[in-house]
Amino acid sequence: MATFIVRRLIASIFIFLAATYLMYILTALSGDPLEDLRTSTAPNKQQLIEARTALLHLDVPPYLRYFIWIAGVGKCFIGQCDLGVTVQNQPVTVLLAQAAGSTLQLVTIASVIAIILGLVVGITTALRQYSGYDYGVTFLSFLFFSLPIFWVAVLLKQFVAIGFNDFLSDPQIAPWIIPILAVISGLIWMSILPGKGRRKLITFAAAALASAAVIIYMDLSDWFSYPHIGIVGVALTLVGAAFGVTTISTGLKNRRALYASLVVAGIGVAAWYPFIYFTTGLPFWGWIGIGVATVLVALAVGWFMGGDDRRPVARTAAIVGFVAFSVLSLDRFMQVWDDYANSGRIKGRPIATIGSGTPGLEGSLWVHGVDLFTHLLLPTLALILISFATYTRYSRASLLEVMNQDYIRTARAKGLTERTVVVRHAFRNALIPIATIVAFDIGGIIGGAVITERVFGWTGMGALFQNGLDHVDPNPVMAFFLVTGSLAILFNLIADLVYAGLDPRIRVS
Amino acid sequence: MSTIPPPVEQPGHHEGGVTDAENSIELKEIAGLSQGQIVRKRFFRHRGALISMVVLAFIIVLAFTSVGVAFGNWKSGGWWPYTWNIAVAIENGGRPTLSLFPFAIGNHPFGQDEIGRDIFAVVMRGTQQSLMIMVIVGAIATFIGTVIGAISGYYRGWTDSVLMRFTDIIITIPVIVIGAVLGRRFGISGAPVLAIILGLVLWTGLARLVRGEFLSLREREFVDAARVAGARDRRIIFRHILPNAIGVIIVNSTLLMAAAILIETGLSFLGYGVQAPDTSLGKIISENQVAFSTRPWLFWWPGLFIIAIALCINFIGDGLRDAFDPRQRRMPTDKALSRATFVTEKSA
Repeated sequence: MATFIVRRLIASIFIFLAATYLMYILTALSGDPLEDLRTSTAPNKQQLIEARTALLHLDVPPYLRYFIWIAGVGKCFIGQCDLGVTVQNQPVTVLLAQAAGSTLQLVTIASVIAIILGLVVGITTALRQYSGYDYGVTFLSFLFFSLPIFWVAVLLKQFVAIGFNDFLSDPQIAPWIIPILAVISGLIWMSILPGKGRRKLITFAAAALASAAVIIYMDLSDWFSYPHIGIVGVALTLVGAAFGVTTISTGLKNRRALYASLVVAGIGVAAWYPFIYFTTGLPFWGWIGIGVATVLVALAVGWFMGGDDRRPVARTAAIVGFVAFSVLSLDRFMQVWDDYANSGRIKGRPIATIGSGTPGLEGSLWVHGVDLFTHLLLPTLALILISFATYTRYSRASLLEVMNQDYIRTARAKGLTERTVVVRHAFRNALIPIATIVAFDIGGIIGGAVITERVFGWTGMGALFQNGLDHVDPNPVMAFFLVTGSLAILFNLIADLVYAGLDPRIRVS
Repeated sequence: MSTIPPPVEQPGHHEGGVTDAENSIELKEIAGLSQGQIVRKRFFRHRGALISMVVLAFIIVLAFTSVGVAFGNWKSGGWWPYTWNIAVAIENGGRPTLSLFPFAIGNHPFGQDEIGRDIFAVVMRGTQQSLMIMVIVGAIATFIGTVIGAISGYYRGWTDSVLMRFTDIIITIPVIVIGAVLGRRFGISGAPVLAIILGLVLWTGLARLVRGEFLSLREREFVDAARVAGARDRRIIFRHILPNAIGVIIVNSTLLMAAAILIETGLSFLGYGVQAPDTSLGKIISENQVAFSTRPWLFWWPGLFIIAIALCINFIGDGLRDAFDPRQRRMPTDKALSRATFVTEKSA
């Protein structure tokens, strides 16, 4: 397997080098880098032209100039990156370091969310083929496919950001909206959950009533100004998660797994008070450390309660542990929301429309986390819509294809439970084609990020790329491509690893 | 998702396989029809695709007759009184005069921009450009993708390696990025040139798919038979294998066209697509996005037309996929199924 991965990696590095050569030449030939100087009326025009020619090596033809650039890139391996300078004589390496962080954050978060959502929705629609839910999602994914990303981004900026900020200044939900929201939620749940006739009506009524109760509670407790989950909410969520995760991971019949999950959920509830009140000065790595520790503790709980069959129990407990950590962290982030939204820099309009972070914001890890959330929310939404549609369609088609295979019929005939058939036999095999699509789609997400960043006024890599291209300056353009290309190679590598994990034929030969 | 729902059993329909009843419906429907007739029949029963065809035809006729067409200096007039590049006096503060209750079109149904150009005419011109780009990109990319995929799938060996590594190189560069770089150079030369350039970079996905089809089809018996009968490579590729891969090609070239229209509008939005004085749907949005709070109609109409066109093409593609893919059966209605079940049971 290692040979397989290494061979793929070497091949993709050579392809990437060839792609950089192509990009360099195309960019260098896309216009005249001296155009603004040639038409200028400055008295020292000739001098300026010579200075720029010397600065950017314009006297060397592009197909050779590439090698000057690639030699500078090669120095990265000895720790002295030199990606050249821009037209304004700024070192690109420094510019890239400033720009890359926010863009990579955006692209990575958007990809991960789109993959998870797309898989979950795609698989549930495949399992509930020809239901109202299936038709609804199919229509929505066609609509999302057809949306121009910049149009969505501008709309989000206008309506979600400005509208939601206006709402937050006086967070009262009008009484006539509550029944509408309740009915919509009831309809959605009714179409997702199985059943016919009476069962459907009961689902509808329960979902609608529950939604109405939650909304009224939020309204009365001024939840939108002071969001929180609270110890009751955490307890309910974690017990629900324990049952849900166990159902999918091992099945409720495995009592050991259920009890281990419940114990982990209990630990999570017990940890709520110390986690909320003693983590004010926590550094970022401390937070990650707590997360890792939580999962390890949960693993240990599962291991010791697992009896004869430790691995699935430990796995289930670890997933519940991760959920517990996420819920506690979410509650902790919510605690600082009010302080954040009403601080002097934000002035009560928290959802940001410009930039990738509030400049000069000071505060704890939690405040910075909330700041990141308010800035990433809309660009991420705009970015995931389209990839979400792709992943949903592909995972649905792929699971339907697998469910029609003979080995699924055999598995059913053996008397396996539906859970085992779907999760262990069908899902694993359905993931193989999806891994290809995800790796292939990363280029689309990066392209979308360029457009989204422009709408939201980020000074990220999209701006670096555009400024470089506008001045016919290959160096910043290539810096952009270097990072995005490496990201694409990385995702392909992950896809290969996932392949090898899923398909024993690749692992063995 | 907290629980895995158990599958709902449909009468006479099993999750894993196909019942006799379903088969008999399927067979009766296609008895005595040629492949083309089957495809046409299946396509026309896809309601979404049919509606999309009508809507798309309406948009095409509307766009090309209303403001007329212009190539270079040659121009033909349309039935709409205004054109996209001439400003007239602003009426009604530039607000759209279109209203549904009571129904009225008025002088400027989509409104006017700040210098008085009629937005309906501008949007129609933009739609023309986007449609034209879409068709050219679709044709060029389909042609290149099919040829490269066919050659590398049929000949395999080093031809395949060279062509596929070349495809990999182009695929590595995000489409919007290579489109922007090329658009910066060729966007000034007008929309048709831009479309040709876009077609030259968008063929990669199709080439991979066609190659895959050819790799599997070339091992089939009918290809061996043709070779034994003395057919040359060119005849085998074009007369024997290609017709069998035509479904994949047609479906994906429609999806490619939907992608092309979004890429063109995206590039125009970034400023690397269609250049002034001409216009395109993406360019209209790009020019007017700052005016959203004061003149939202400058923003709504071009966006709606982009979505309408892309949505129609996607639905037509879906209809074609259903029509060409024999594995994708339409689920028969309960009534038809129970009747068929009854018939098969009686005959058994």
